[in-house]
Amino acid sequence: MLSRIAESLFWIGRYLERAEDTCRIVEVHQQLLIDDPSVDSDEAAATLLAVMGSSVDPTGSADSSETVMAQLCYDIASPCSIAAALGGAREAARRARETISTEVWEAINTSWNAVRAGRLQRMRPATAFQYVRERCAVISGTADQTMSHDEGWHFLALGRSIERADMTARMISTAAVTAGSQSAWHNVLRGCGAHHAFVRTYGGVVSDKQAAEFLLLDRLFPRSVVHTLTIAEDALAQLEPGSRRAGFHDDAQRLLGTARAALEYQRPERILAELPQRMAELQRSCAQASEAITDRYFSAAAAATWQEGS
Amino acid sequence: MSLLFGDYAGTPTAFDEVMGADGTRPGYGGVLRQLDKLDATEVRARADYLKSTYLDQGVTFDIGGEERPFPLDIVPRVLLAEEWAEVEAGVQQRVRAIEAFLADVYGEGRVFRDQVIPRRVVVSSPHFHRVVHGIVPPNGVRCHVAGIDLIRDEHGRFRVLEDNVRVPSGVSYVMTNRRAMFSALPEVTARHRIRPVEGYPLQLLAALRAAAPSGVKDPTVVVLTPGVYNSAYFEHALLARMMGVELVEGRDLVARNGRASIRTTQGLRPVHVIYRRLDDEFLDPAAFRPDSLLGCAGLMTAVRAGNLTLANAVGNGVADDKLVYTYMNDLIRYYLAEEPVLASVDTWRLEEPSHREEVMDRLDELVLKPVDGSGGKGIVIGPRATAKQLDALRAKVTRDPRGWIAQPVVQLSTVPTMIDGRMAPRHVDLRPFAVNSGDDVYVLPGGLTRVALPEGELIVNSSQGGGSKDTWVLASDGLRRRKRRRASQELQPVPLAALGEEPVPHQQSQQQQQQRIAGGLPC
Repeated sequence: MLSRIAESLFWIGRYLERAEDTCRIVEVHQQLLIDDPSVDSDEAAATLLAVMGSSVDPTGSADSSETVMAQLCYDIASPCSIAAALGGAREAARRARETISTEVWEAINTSWNAVRAGRLQRMRPATAFQYVRERCAVISGTADQTMSHDEGWHFLALGRSIERADMTARMISTAAVTAGSQSAWHNVLRGCGAHHAFVRTYGGVVSDKQAAEFLLLDRLFPRSVVHTLTIAEDALAQLEPGSRRAGFHDDAQRLLGTARAALEYQRPERILAELPQRMAELQRSCAQASEAITDRYFSAAAAATWQEGS
Repeated sequence: MSLLFGDYAGTPTAFDEVMGADGTRPGYGGVLRQLDKLDATEVRARADYLKSTYLDQGVTFDIGGEERPFPLDIVPRVLLAEEWAEVEAGVQQRVRAIEAFLADVYGEGRVFRDQVIPRRVVVSSPHFHRVVHGIVPPNGVRCHVAGIDLIRDEHGRFRVLEDNVRVPSGVSYVMTNRRAMFSALPEVTARHRIRPVEGYPLQLLAALRAAAPSGVKDPTVVVLTPGVYNSAYFEHALLARMMGVELVEGRDLVARNGRASIRTTQGLRPVHVIYRRLDDEFLDPAAFRPDSLLGCAGLMTAVRAGNLTLANAVGNGVADDKLVYTYMNDLIRYYLAEEPVLASVDTWRLEEPSHREEVMDRLDELVLKPVDGSGGKGIVIGPRATAKQLDALRAKVTRDPRGWIAQPVVQLSTVPTMIDGRMAPRHVDLRPFAVNSGDDVYVLPGGLTRVALPEGELIVNSSQGGGSKDTWVLASDGLRRRKRRRASQELQPVPLAALGEEPVPHQQSQQQQQQRIAGGLPC
């Protein structure tokens, strides 16, 4: 597979997951403001934007919730918005258009056409979030069902998993910061689509420890950090040709494995005690793993340029 | 006659392909009858459907960085089997003559010695590349793909307007148009026997494989695109996908030691045939434009070493130069000893003093074209130009007479086209596509019909706001009859499985009874 195409597939996976997760994070944020009137909405907005890596400070703006919606949802110019993520996915898909299946391309393209035409702004926020989540589910479901599960698909899955681990860590950070609020963990579980699965596993009472444990360590729930990292490691193992008798030769595999072990083999109480730091570490590991993958598989795409006279 | 076509009339000056002096022309009866059965609003709804599917599928072309859907008209253009037979024979003849001409130009040069065409006409072409002199392609083919632009004059006769043997584009729309029309107008398409177009990618792949360097049994073929911002990127991706080959950009290629490879996640992989959709000048910065970021240095070395085939070959531009076009009939007679099947458009060569004299005073009646332009760029239509534009043109021609040709204004034929929900005559041309595998020249039945959407406009290029029509070549009599096909094997139906049934009525009554005993209200 061409390095350039592999890179495009990896980023389709990342951008789509980013769109979906951003949508989930903003939903949680809005729900928190509704559930708990004691939360200072400006401060919560500032925290959220900081967690999402936005440089905009909503405290001086007239309407902090509108700033959040623009920065994280509609505004194509804002790098952390859903619109920008879908745009990124579409651009990557356009570059890999002969590789992805026609149905996947059309699913991505129609989603992007709707966003570009301003459909999200015109919907009520709840409807817009549902729309984005469903479009992402349609695209990833179509990809799973219509593309060969070959090298290209592994890059897609790898991108999706790394992004999901990173975004889940951010989501958990927001809960950790607003942990004073009664419903913080409750909302994060809902945001991850994990509430139903959690209740069926632990029963209806949500304790911080159990919720964190579920989102971080559960091996069966597909959005938990450990599960997600395992998927990413599997994808890397599939991409690595040759035998694996001793250790790991791939830096990305080492980084992700270390990050997973640091969570899985640590006492849950200790993780919970220093949650924000741990989540920041996890995000850094994801970023480093992404760089390692780029160096190993995609960097050939950055070709040497011809210079006259040389 | 339907509401849509009720008041339709062609334009008096041009040949209308649907309405003749004695009513509907043969071939269109079925189309009009079927469109008539749908009412006008329904036809408009189908036209909207065409537009929206193209947007969803991303069937676009790029102008100045903006992607636009390629407008497809709802009324197909129909060619009868005998009309097509002439086009097909004419296109094949032209491709064979051009191949012979190119082999001669970059080889012996017999044509110059025999004084059929002056050597200076060829070597003064900006597309003449001395660097490929003496290179003989593996199976002798230089024009793997050709697009010959045809028009129909006032009498409905096909004439060649120009040849495209460098990187002709548009074939993808032939395939997507057909698919879109089949889903938009099944009632109409089902009643006609239309020759299929989806075989094109296989023909192309076979021709590209046949052109592989000698000794390579299972060649790797790739499509080389300038990138996503190229106006024809959609086509490059479609062809690569349908042929099942990689679509590469210049930066994916490496050429070292006379061999070319692509960069993959598993390292370098050798490449044998590149179907390049990049102009000669950008292909190889070591041989042509040194500032090209789109190509790959060393490709020409690999070609010269016989390890790589470029399709189409470098230097083909001398054959579709508009000045060489004026010699094409002589070239056909010279190389093939045949009379040209398709007529050309009368042309004055402005570099010849006698021609120039004849033309200069009547620029306002003629069409002037730059010889190396494409996409309708730089064309001046005399009757439409202002005096100032004509003066500027006169100065340009005087400065560079080699750069221009003049032709009479040919009124392109018209076909009804839906404009703002109504049928109006619009001018069309036709670009059939030919694929040369070395053994045989395949002409895709139909080709791309481009239609100029503004009223009276004679330039049909998509870059000038043109649209397209699905082009149907009818097989023999064209109408489809129902055929009963005998099944070759008996079917053995197996019933679908379902979840085992519960005895519902019984359960229901007990569950409700339970509720009554408990005395609760239904909640």
